[in-house]
Amino acid sequence: MQPLSAMPAEPVLEVEELAVRFTRRGEQPTRAVDGVSFTVAPGETVGLVGESGCGKSVTSLAVMGLLPRRGVEVSGSVRFQGQELVGAPDATLRRLRGADMAMVFQDPLSSLNPTVPIGTQVTEVLLEHRDLSRKEATDEATGLLDKVGIPDPRRRLKEYPHQLSGGMRQRALIAMALACSPRLLIADEPTTALDVTIQAQILELLRELVVDTGTALVMITHDLGVVAGLCDRVHVMYAGKIIETADRHDLFARPRQPYTGGLLASVPRLDGGRGAPLTPIRGSARDTIPWAEGCAFAPRCDNAQDDCLTEVAGSTVSLEPDGPGRELRCRHPIQYPPSPAGATALGAAR
Amino acid sequence: MTAVPAAEPLLRVQGLEVHFPIKRGVFFDRTVGHVRAVDGVDLSIDRGTTYGLVGESGCGKSTLGRAVLRLVEPTAGQVVFDGTDVAALKGEPLRQMRRRMQMVFQDPLGSLDPRQNVESLLSEPLKAHGLGGGTAGIAARIRELLDSVGLPAAALRRYPHEFSGGQRQRIGIARALTLEPDLLIADEPVSALDVSVQAQVVNLLEELQERLGLTYLVIAHDLAVVRHISDVVGVMYLGSLVEQAPADDLYEQPLHPYTRALMSAVPVPDPVVEAGRERILLAGDLPSPANPPSGCRFHTRCPWRQETRCDDEVPVLRELAPGRLVSCHWAEEVRDGVLRPKSPEEVAATQGVSVGRTGVETALESDALVQGVDQPIERT
Repeated sequence: MQPLSAMPAEPVLEVEELAVRFTRRGEQPTRAVDGVSFTVAPGETVGLVGESGCGKSVTSLAVMGLLPRRGVEVSGSVRFQGQELVGAPDATLRRLRGADMAMVFQDPLSSLNPTVPIGTQVTEVLLEHRDLSRKEATDEATGLLDKVGIPDPRRRLKEYPHQLSGGMRQRALIAMALACSPRLLIADEPTTALDVTIQAQILELLRELVVDTGTALVMITHDLGVVAGLCDRVHVMYAGKIIETADRHDLFARPRQPYTGGLLASVPRLDGGRGAPLTPIRGSARDTIPWAEGCAFAPRCDNAQDDCLTEVAGSTVSLEPDGPGRELRCRHPIQYPPSPAGATALGAAR
Repeated sequence: MTAVPAAEPLLRVQGLEVHFPIKRGVFFDRTVGHVRAVDGVDLSIDRGTTYGLVGESGCGKSTLGRAVLRLVEPTAGQVVFDGTDVAALKGEPLRQMRRRMQMVFQDPLGSLDPRQNVESLLSEPLKAHGLGGGTAGIAARIRELLDSVGLPAAALRRYPHEFSGGQRQRIGIARALTLEPDLLIADEPVSALDVSVQAQVVNLLEELQERLGLTYLVIAHDLAVVRHISDVVGVMYLGSLVEQAPADDLYEQPLHPYTRALMSAVPVPDPVVEAGRERILLAGDLPSPANPPSGCRFHTRCPWRQETRCDDEVPVLRELAPGRLVSCHWAEEVRDGVLRPKSPEEVAATQGVSVGRTGVETALESDALVQGVDQPIERT
């Protein structure tokens, strides 16, 4: 990936040409992730956005080294603070996971052990990675629960996951993820299972966390609203590849990939005008073609032309720089008037 | 509604209550209390319009929808559909009435029999009601239905698992339409779908309404979707309506504190708007519907709560402006900015409870109920 102009200091995480293939005997392997590259700097929030099946969660699992060995081929490179993680021994990964890099999952109930009190689950991380006595670990855990806004933490430590509400469970998971002050936090749809008012509380918590601790945050979500409020930089994924990268302001103001534009046009907005029909994207995520044959989005794309297919153009559709801080994988992107001056001229002519 | 409709509304719900008993005990099912899922709701829906019902999980919106169809038995109240009280019907008249009120469910895969193909799924309602005019008539009707929801005729021989989520929801809609109902109740019709597909289904529902003159009751937690398709929106909190207004008015100026908080919590896909807008964070979680707070049910989390009235006096749904109903003692003062909202920490402190205190009790009780676990329920 080309270094982006506004890139701050040394990145915490560098992912390069990451590919994940699921193989099954007697069947064609599935390319869940197909050459994904991105970096995350300290204190930065990077969004991975896409619909179900686009490979965003598999990317995060591959980064954390959480995919099973059997039937899965991971290639490319994942460097965490300069250290290569793809192919690294389990011991190395285990030392890093939970300590320097942590993850928050979508469903808080199934990511907590139902038979073990919350306190034991939080202190387990501390005892594993830090040289603390049991007493110190309990004190530390109390502080953590308090920090993520769980009231009466002493009592809560003795309770089991089912005794907490959904929002509380997600807070407990975030507390566990924060236990060793990780440099990198990956949040995979952390608010999807929650009601909007609780979602707002959790997003606020994550926002404060990034500002206060300088943790690098990778936010995986399908909700463009969440991205708009939280992420500095956004990567839009489709069928296992990044198809557009931009600063969040650029992305929402001027989406270039027709898929990104289509996503934005198809969500009703709370503050938008009413009555006008939504403009959905044609077909469904099933209507894709392999990237080797052309742009996977071409069958659903209104801008698609013959040269979106590899056969016609003689080359595959690749991710190219597209102005400052932007990258784009598209041969016929959405066009905008060249400059704000041009836009005014258009408006005046009308 | 108070806009004085020219004709009788198609559906009128009055004082509807649905209480589920909480049973305890291994051998004897003692009833130890009630979950007041729906607790006195009045609403009416005019012909050809869409009523959107929003609220967070556990507020009773789905139960209300089911009670209208008598998929759950109402504890009290009236459901008057086209002049007939559905709540009092039995046997054959009820079955006949159900023909005119159909439901679209949230999970299209879970609500379609995996072993029936589309043809069988769509012809079953016709056969059950002895309609459609024989095999040929039914076949023609099914083709027409498939066409109207945008599925190819080739879909007839296929099974639910062979379709994508959006297509399955189209099948669910087609099935609901087979009997030419007047009222369609859609419970979270798009929340299981990907965003790009959501818009297709929303557009389909709107197009069908226009063409067939349908009346909708749409139940959803997504405020943006509800705003988009509804004429009138009702906001539910803990079993009762806290506000009802024409969709545009509601979003222009929400009057109830809960509606304001709810709307400020919905993320908008626009960084500029996101950066600048008002954000009202609520303290804690939804209290338990088995043991709702006294007075105004929202007072435990309300940033505008006052020392008087809120704690002990139940607010009634009153008309603040034409067509705008709100149940808040201080709605005018909140609207005019006379009262200032408190922060979630202040709310928690003045309530004498910790921020998440109520939430834990909710989780305890609701989990015990949902899973049928026989465990002691903590009460405060």
